[in-house]
Amino acid sequence: MTHTSTLARGGADTSAPARRPRRRPGRPALSPRAVPYVLILPGLLVIAALLLYPLYQMVVMSFHKVGLRQIKAVNPAPAEFVGVDNYTQIFGSDLFWSSLRNTVLFAVVTVALTLALGTLVGLLLHRLGPKMSTFVVVGIMAAWATPPTAQAIVWKWLFDSDAGVVNWTLNLLPDGLSNLLFGQADWSGHPWFNDTLTLYFVLVMAVVWASFPFIAVSVLAGLKSIPGELYEAAKMDGSGAVHTFRRITLPLLKPVFSVLVVLSVIWDFKVFTQLYLLAGGTVNRDAFNLSLWSYAEAFSSPPKMGLGAAIAVVLTVILLLITFVYVRQIVKTEDDIR
Amino acid sequence: MSPLTRRRLGRAALNAAGVAVFLFAVFPVYWMVATAFKPNDQIFTTSFIPFPSPPSLDHVERVFTRGVAGHSIWQYLVNSTLVALSAVVLGAVFALLAATAVARFRFRFRTSFLILLLIVQMVPAEALLIPLFTMVKRLGLYDQLLGLIVINVGLTLPFSVWMLRTFVAAVPKELEEAAWIDGAGRFTTFWRVLFPLVAPGLVATSIFAFITTWNEFVYALTLIGDQGKYTMPVALQFFVGQRSTDWGGIMAASTLMTIPVLVFFLLVQRRMVSGLVAGAVKG
Repeated sequence: MTHTSTLARGGADTSAPARRPRRRPGRPALSPRAVPYVLILPGLLVIAALLLYPLYQMVVMSFHKVGLRQIKAVNPAPAEFVGVDNYTQIFGSDLFWSSLRNTVLFAVVTVALTLALGTLVGLLLHRLGPKMSTFVVVGIMAAWATPPTAQAIVWKWLFDSDAGVVNWTLNLLPDGLSNLLFGQADWSGHPWFNDTLTLYFVLVMAVVWASFPFIAVSVLAGLKSIPGELYEAAKMDGSGAVHTFRRITLPLLKPVFSVLVVLSVIWDFKVFTQLYLLAGGTVNRDAFNLSLWSYAEAFSSPPKMGLGAAIAVVLTVILLLITFVYVRQIVKTEDDIR
Repeated sequence: MSPLTRRRLGRAALNAAGVAVFLFAVFPVYWMVATAFKPNDQIFTTSFIPFPSPPSLDHVERVFTRGVAGHSIWQYLVNSTLVALSAVVLGAVFALLAATAVARFRFRFRTSFLILLLIVQMVPAEALLIPLFTMVKRLGLYDQLLGLIVINVGLTLPFSVWMLRTFVAAVPKELEEAAWIDGAGRFTTFWRVLFPLVAPGLVATSIFAFITTWNEFVYALTLIGDQGKYTMPVALQFFVGQRSTDWGGIMAASTLMTIPVLVFFLLVQRRMVSGLVAGAVKG
């Protein structure tokens, strides 16, 4: 209950208590139509300066030679225009094909494994009792929350050649079985990070471990949003468990899955932190993916920023092509956008 | 088998699977913490020592007193906190204003702005590293935490606006209209009515931005050369030596770095999922 009188509210002008916009002395009135523009302006400026302009700069740099002389603080030399030289150099390089292979294969394998494991765990969580479900959710939260740097470090430690738990566990296997499966019985001192294939194996493990919780919790949220009546009706009609899953659960979860697939592809396509740390920086060129290669060209000496930018352009174009589908999907499903 | 036994067996199998998932998720984290508290002779061994016996505080103490790369871990924790908090506070202001605009007003470029937000989120941050590096150098912000703060605001803003707008939209418009009719000005309505109701959403969004900034690695690695200004993720690298790695120290530091994130995660877990897949999950 407010006890303010009309007079107090409307100021001295008793005839118009709800007059809008209320003018304050010494301040020009903001027209109501201008308000949203004023509100988005700061954010828009930040996005323009820190994301759009660099995006444009990246494309410009990819057509130039930008080295030490161009980036020094005092008197930088102007960048030298080289046309599509950087691009011809990329596509002609063996590193392009090995980096592209590493990027794509890693993304495909990791996304598939993450989604499969995440969905299974999501379904499991849905069927567990409330206490058990909370217990497992808190557990997987620990994996999800581990920062990427710590993830890489922990998995490097688990797979350490001398004192790692994994080699210790593999040594527990009966020699015959170990020989049959892996062709070796003694795992003491077995290195995991010298060979690109085994390095990527550990990387896949680390990334799947850290990202399946998000999928699981999202799938669980999706499952909970499906009305129980649908399942009751299906049961009454004599539908079996598999049939119900295929005909009710899967179609209703489809929108969730498409978002999860695209988000996972984006995250796994450009993986940098974990790869950088597991591969020990930029020494192992065979292990490069596109982002690590771009980084290596631009920031090892001598820096080739133009070449690095061109690789970044290639990576961005591939990602935007993939995510175009996702953007369209969101624009279609969210009626709120229009 | 009677139906009852079958159901019991089924339940037991499900619970066993739950425990297996729990162990798979928790073991690496547990191993990190356990290693942090083990004395060196229990770390560098080929036998399996399930838990530190007895636990030792040597590594934790060492990272604080002797430190890494010439500075106590304390310094890096402070740098990280400073960068993340500043970026979050700045970002929250910009995000709240923009989110209010798109959730409360219909204006001409609204759709374009929303689509722009979506698209810039798809651009990999790693790709913008090179142009942003040259920009930072030109502006004289290289080796300054300020440069890192500004860049993290940019990196987290599109997602923050995107997430926050659903929270603003969830506040009934009638409340603001009521305040409006009672004679509250535009600013008062925003500050006294909308803001308190959006605050939980703002907290969730900010925590998400905090975690992103706290974990950010590649910009901190490239834009800072002065070891005293390193953030935690970059400092962690320094435990990895040429010949041997100080596993006890690095695990102690990793644990210290993970604790705040874990606490925040448990606080906002539900909201984060709804923010990330907003629009896809519909009841």
